[in-house]
Amino acid sequence: MSELNRRKFLKISAATVTVASGAAAFAKSPAAQTAPAKRAAKGVQRIPTYCDICFWKCGAIASVRDGVLWKVEGNPADPLSRGRLCPRGTGGVGAHFDPDRLKRPLIRRSDRGREVWAEVSWDEAFAYIANKMHAIKATYGPESVAMFAHGIGGNFLKHTLKAYGATNFAAPSFAQCRGPRDVGFKLTFGEDVGSPERTDIKNAQCLVLIGSHLGENMHNTQVQEFAEAVGHGATIIVADPRFSVAASKAKYYLPIKPGTDLALVLAWMNVIVAEGLYDKEYVAKYGFGFEQFAASIATYTPEWAYPETGIEPDIIRATAREMAKHKPATLVHPGRHAAWYGDDSQRSRAVALLNALLGSWGRKGGFYAPVSMSVPGYPYPAYPTSTKPKVDNPDGRYPFAHEAITTGIREATITGEPYPVKGWFVYATNLIHALPNEAETIKAIQNLDLLVVVDVIPSEIAGWADVVLPESVYLERYDDLNVEWFREPFVALRQPVVDAPDEQKPNWWMAKKLAETLGLAHYYPWKDIEEYLGHRLAGAGLSFDELKQKGIIPGAPQPIFFDEGAPAEFATPSGKIEFYSLQLQTAGFDPVPVYTRPAEPPPGAFRLISGRSPVHTFSRTQSNRVLSDMMDENEVWINADMARRMDLRSGDYVRLKNQDAVVSNRVRVKATERIRPDCVFMVHGFGHTSRGLKHAYQKGASDAHLITRYATDPLMGGTGMNVNFVTIEPEAAHG
Amino acid sequence: MQELTITRHNELIDPLLHIWSWQIPVYLFLGGLVAGIMIISGWFVLQGRYKHTTFSTFYLPHISLVLLSLGMGALFLDLEHKLYFWRLFTTFQWTAPMSWGSWLLLTIYPALWVNTLIRIPERFQGKIPLFDRLSAELNKRPTLIKNIGIANMLLGTLLGMYTGVLLSSFAARPLWNSAMLWMLFLVSGLSAAAAFVHLITTDVYERVLLAKADNAFLTLELFVFGGFLTGLLTSSRVHVEAVRLLLDGPYAPVFWVFVIGLGIVVPLIVQLLAVNHKVKHTPVAPILVLAGGLTLRFVIVYAGQFSHWT
Amino acid sequence: MARFGMVIDTVRCVGCMDCVVACKTENQVPEGFNRDWIAYDVKGTFPTLHMESRSERCNHCDNPPCVSCCPTSASHVHDVGGVVLVDYDKCIGCKGCVASCPYGARFIHPDGYADKCTFCIHRVEQGLQPACVAVCPTHCMHFGDLDDPNSDVSRLLASRNHHTLLPEAGTKPRIFYLT
Ligand SMILES: Nc1nc2c(c(=O)[nH]1)N[C@H]1C(S)=C(S)[C@@H](COP(=O)(O)OP(=O)(O)OC[C@H]3O[C@@H](n4cnc5c(=O)[nH]c(N)nc54)[C@H](O)[C@@H]3O)O[C@H]1N2
Ligand SMILES: Nc1nc2c(c(=O)[nH]1)N[C@H]1C(S)=C(S)[C@@H](COP(=O)(O)OP(=O)(O)OC[C@H]3O[C@@H](n4cnc5c(=O)[nH]c(N)nc54)[C@H](O)[C@@H]3O)O[C@H]1N2
Ligand code: SF4
Ligand code: SF4
Ligand code: SF4
Ligand code: SF4
Ligand code: SF4
Ligand SMILES: [Mo]
Repeated sequence: MSELNRRKFLKISAATVTVASGAAAFAKSPAAQTAPAKRAAKGVQRIPTYCDICFWKCGAIASVRDGVLWKVEGNPADPLSRGRLCPRGTGGVGAHFDPDRLKRPLIRRSDRGREVWAEVSWDEAFAYIANKMHAIKATYGPESVAMFAHGIGGNFLKHTLKAYGATNFAAPSFAQCRGPRDVGFKLTFGEDVGSPERTDIKNAQCLVLIGSHLGENMHNTQVQEFAEAVGHGATIIVADPRFSVAASKAKYYLPIKPGTDLALVLAWMNVIVAEGLYDKEYVAKYGFGFEQFAASIATYTPEWAYPETGIEPDIIRATAREMAKHKPATLVHPGRHAAWYGDDSQRSRAVALLNALLGSWGRKGGFYAPVSMSVPGYPYPAYPTSTKPKVDNPDGRYPFAHEAITTGIREATITGEPYPVKGWFVYATNLIHALPNEAETIKAIQNLDLLVVVDVIPSEIAGWADVVLPESVYLERYDDLNVEWFREPFVALRQPVVDAPDEQKPNWWMAKKLAETLGLAHYYPWKDIEEYLGHRLAGAGLSFDELKQKGIIPGAPQPIFFDEGAPAEFATPSGKIEFYSLQLQTAGFDPVPVYTRPAEPPPGAFRLISGRSPVHTFSRTQSNRVLSDMMDENEVWINADMARRMDLRSGDYVRLKNQDAVVSNRVRVKATERIRPDCVFMVHGFGHTSRGLKHAYQKGASDAHLITRYATDPLMGGTGMNVNFVTIEPEAAHG
Repeated sequence: MQELTITRHNELIDPLLHIWSWQIPVYLFLGGLVAGIMIISGWFVLQGRYKHTTFSTFYLPHISLVLLSLGMGALFLDLEHKLYFWRLFTTFQWTAPMSWGSWLLLTIYPALWVNTLIRIPERFQGKIPLFDRLSAELNKRPTLIKNIGIANMLLGTLLGMYTGVLLSSFAARPLWNSAMLWMLFLVSGLSAAAAFVHLITTDVYERVLLAKADNAFLTLELFVFGGFLTGLLTSSRVHVEAVRLLLDGPYAPVFWVFVIGLGIVVPLIVQLLAVNHKVKHTPVAPILVLAGGLTLRFVIVYAGQFSHWT
Repeated sequence: MARFGMVIDTVRCVGCMDCVVACKTENQVPEGFNRDWIAYDVKGTFPTLHMESRSERCNHCDNPPCVSCCPTSASHVHDVGGVVLVDYDKCIGCKGCVASCPYGARFIHPDGYADKCTFCIHRVEQGLQPACVAVCPTHCMHFGDLDDPNSDVSRLLASRNHHTLLPEAGTKPRIFYLT
């Protein structure tokens, strides 16, 4: 009986794949029909690789059935995924089948901004690019070609550009994302939090989330550990203007007024210091400048914080005591996307200090010290040296930026200072959505002689490019090794699972070809990436074949907590945890964070805040049919009471208009109790304007489009984006 | 305050169930109409009307066969996996009213058909010699004819009940959750059939008789309606919410105006006046009754689907 | 005889829909249809709120009206684990079962037959967990034999508060939600 049933099921699911039913998710894609011809293999093959729907790089196993990609699951051997992917990783198959994918290289045949393209061969594309690059180099120098890249896939192109002489490389993951946090922590502990975050969530007995919306933010290991913490009864404290999923798990939900978190953190520290609840031994042993610090925060009482934050003094005290009770296994999560208000690195520093008071850095249930395997890089010839400074942060205007600032490169491209920037390479970052103030990005683009975009779909930034290079998606290619810094050392491999459906190519191939066209072939001593990977692995004494088979090779465990023997070292000027920062003081900043009140939205307007949906990654997954089937447009969350007053109901379409009269695409209302009345919330990444994204075109609204104003963090150049105010305009009902 | 968000978006299911559109109400209406006709024609067989006229025993069953087939056709159109239709008749599922119904419909065809043999009108005699012979044999057995009449009445009653039982067996749809539904559909079927026969018969005796009968059926229907509505109103919260779809919800205008007003009350008054010779007999009342009966099936099927737990 | 059921811990569930995506890819559920889905059940007024995130699907009821109303026996109780299944080759697409399910768990597949969650019987019969259970990043879903007192599911039910969906509908659901 069971045999019979199994066969029947197989038959039925096979029929679903091949039948040309209009609604079948996979039958629609041409790839589903072409792939089997290329790979005749019958039955199910399981091939390990690692995910690329976001930057967490979870180990995955892809199943290919009769030559057609079927599903992607977590690799149980992988410490990041622990055998389970997040919804986006599970829906990764949709990236391969996406019918809107770029198929062939394109060269623009019109002015920028109008999308008139010619399909060209790869050789033509490289010849075109190389020509322009030679010209830029001759006139301005190679430093005038800059590159924006996000994710591990950019490694080889960066190598080619470095070989060419370029020096300006930036990713939005710094100034638009975790930069302020990392600077705040680095100023305090001498090291940053990194990615994957070194947070020991699973062992925390008290977890404090300040906006970190785990459960919607689906960084896999963190969510898994969060559920574990919830499961074992850890006290969860969430401060968020919106009742997030994480808030629904919290013992204390603090509906904080947006932009006032620093006041809350200062008040918490005030209570903990005033009541002597901090980890005295830890502070005495590792701390620097505690007395001055204590004096500086003495006035930040809960009573002081109440009118700022809207959180009652009793609650501030109760939560502070709760944190102290569980120390050092109290983790005040540093967040990740910290670029909110422009005071972000000081806010993050305050969070670091609160953790320091609780003694959680280097302790179980707090922050661990990540470890890694030693896998040597490939021995390349030395890159040309440059005498010119980098453009993103001239004269160290932002003295504590320890990575390059995307928006700094953009500004230099607009002003031509300190020198002109004439070429951009953009790899896997949709700058139109990722950077604030789209108009500035476009202005900079208009100054370029060359804009090359490497993407997998016709993103908005690809729409502005002179040359678009279509990349194969992660399931179709090798990439560089992931030698992760994590709880335990390991190395992971990304390898092709299926063929690319059209003429898409992997980044390593493009990088090598471009180098060859530029006359830089000697920078690529290897024949193909397998040779490259094999060489690197051999250098580490690891077997490429084993890695291909398993996807992951673990290294020997190492101590990751101070108590276990991880070194308690702090790479700060004082060699200690800096409660009081002399380097900040010297640079003219507050040595201990000082609160300033954020601007209020004008009457009738709301502060615009944004976040994640668990089933999408930024602006990159809306045309993935599997994921868009979960959610195909975003909504604007409006407090139910406010919605009632404005006579809006859930599902009504509205447009948002910001302080600079920029109007959004139409977007549905979600009238909900789950948000404060003074702000509205949208999931970032929707409202695509690229016509090539047929499925996602104009679905929902783009928060980025409304972020015309941003507040720059004076310490490190981060762009605080939650500083825009919007009014809501009903959309006339039409069909 | 409760705010329930559900990510499901299945076609025909969400946000509100709408799997059945016009086909099912039409099928139920025609089924009910045929049921009523069978009861009436069976009654006429018992009354020996075939001795005076061929209308009720020959033409009516023939018309019924056509109506029933139209109804079955509508049902067939509703099936989503049509080529597997025959699967209905490879099994009998005793818990499934639809299975009962399919088999019942199979027995109704011969029952209607033998009815037509009782007296074949002169102009059709000699066309199919076998039928003439069967008819002659039948006429030698008066008790068999009586039994055919009884069988028609019985099967008609079962069919009429079935159209209601089919819906009321769906416990998941609170509006249909009433033991009165079969009665309602049976009575409505009868009144529609009475109106229908009344409308097309040329026989004055039958017309007057059916007009009177229809008045009785319509009056009865009002009472059954009362029972149906109060039954649900005095039941659980979900049932009250369900019945309010009809009473003051989105279906209220159609329900009150077309089903109750124009479908029952107005024709009842008109026909009472006609029967008592206050006004002339016109087709207005029976047409209203038929339209009301059809609308009733639509309203119950549509509102019933939209009624739900939670 | 096993009686399969699920126990889902709403305290851990974050409503991420991974279970929904996994069902889609595992079972090739066509675009626009769902065998499972998430309910976000919010009660209260801001900021005093309670939210339960629940992964829902066919409850494989002990008293399944969708089976009893099926005129062709296409809807049936499978002899392994008492799982409620549809035999697609017997289904005529009359939609009776769709109407009879108080949970809206069924839909009509574009190919014409009634479809719904199968408890991934094709996996379970190979000794695997259902796809949604196996993927859930919060490990909040549990699948097993409710009749075996030592199973994971039975032990969770014995030790934690739980509820089912619409118990008043009388279908005796076999998916339990821990609170
Ligand atoms: N308004 C607003 N802006 C934000 C944020 C926000 O929340 N709101 N978040 C900020 C944060 S935290 C971050 S980290 C950044 C993220 O910024 P980005 O990393 O730029 O994110 P995406 O918008 O997803 O753009 C990624 C681009 O890479 C392409 N891509 C995907 N896969 C591949 C591949 O395999 N190869 C190639 N070549 N291309 C690929 C996608 O199609 C897409 O065009 O955005 C920041 N900007
Ligand atoms: N599914 C999914 N997961 C992702 C990503 C993705 O694209 N998709 N991207 C990943 C990346 S790169 C990043 S950086 C992270 C970002 O994720 P996180 O770092 O967790 O979150 P943010 O984007 O900073 O903040 C969003 C949350 O902050 C709240 N918030 C807004 N303003 C304020 C405020 O003033 N105060 C407080 N306390 N809260 C506020 C919002 O209501 C929302 O709940 O997510 C990662 N995980
Ligand atoms: S967190 Fe999700 S999307 Fe990111 S790598 Fe892991 S599985 Fe992929
Ligand atoms: S995968 Fe797990 S955590 Fe996510 S919604 Fe489903 S049951 Fe909940
Ligand atoms: S949940 Fe619905 S479809 Fe599933 S067994 Fe119960 S009644 Fe049938
Ligand atoms: S739709 Fe199919 S499974 Fe459902 S009741 Fe009808 S025949 Fe049975
Ligand atoms: S048990 Fe299988 S069929 Fe049912 S919802 Fe889970 S994945 Fe889908
Ligand atoms: Mo980020």
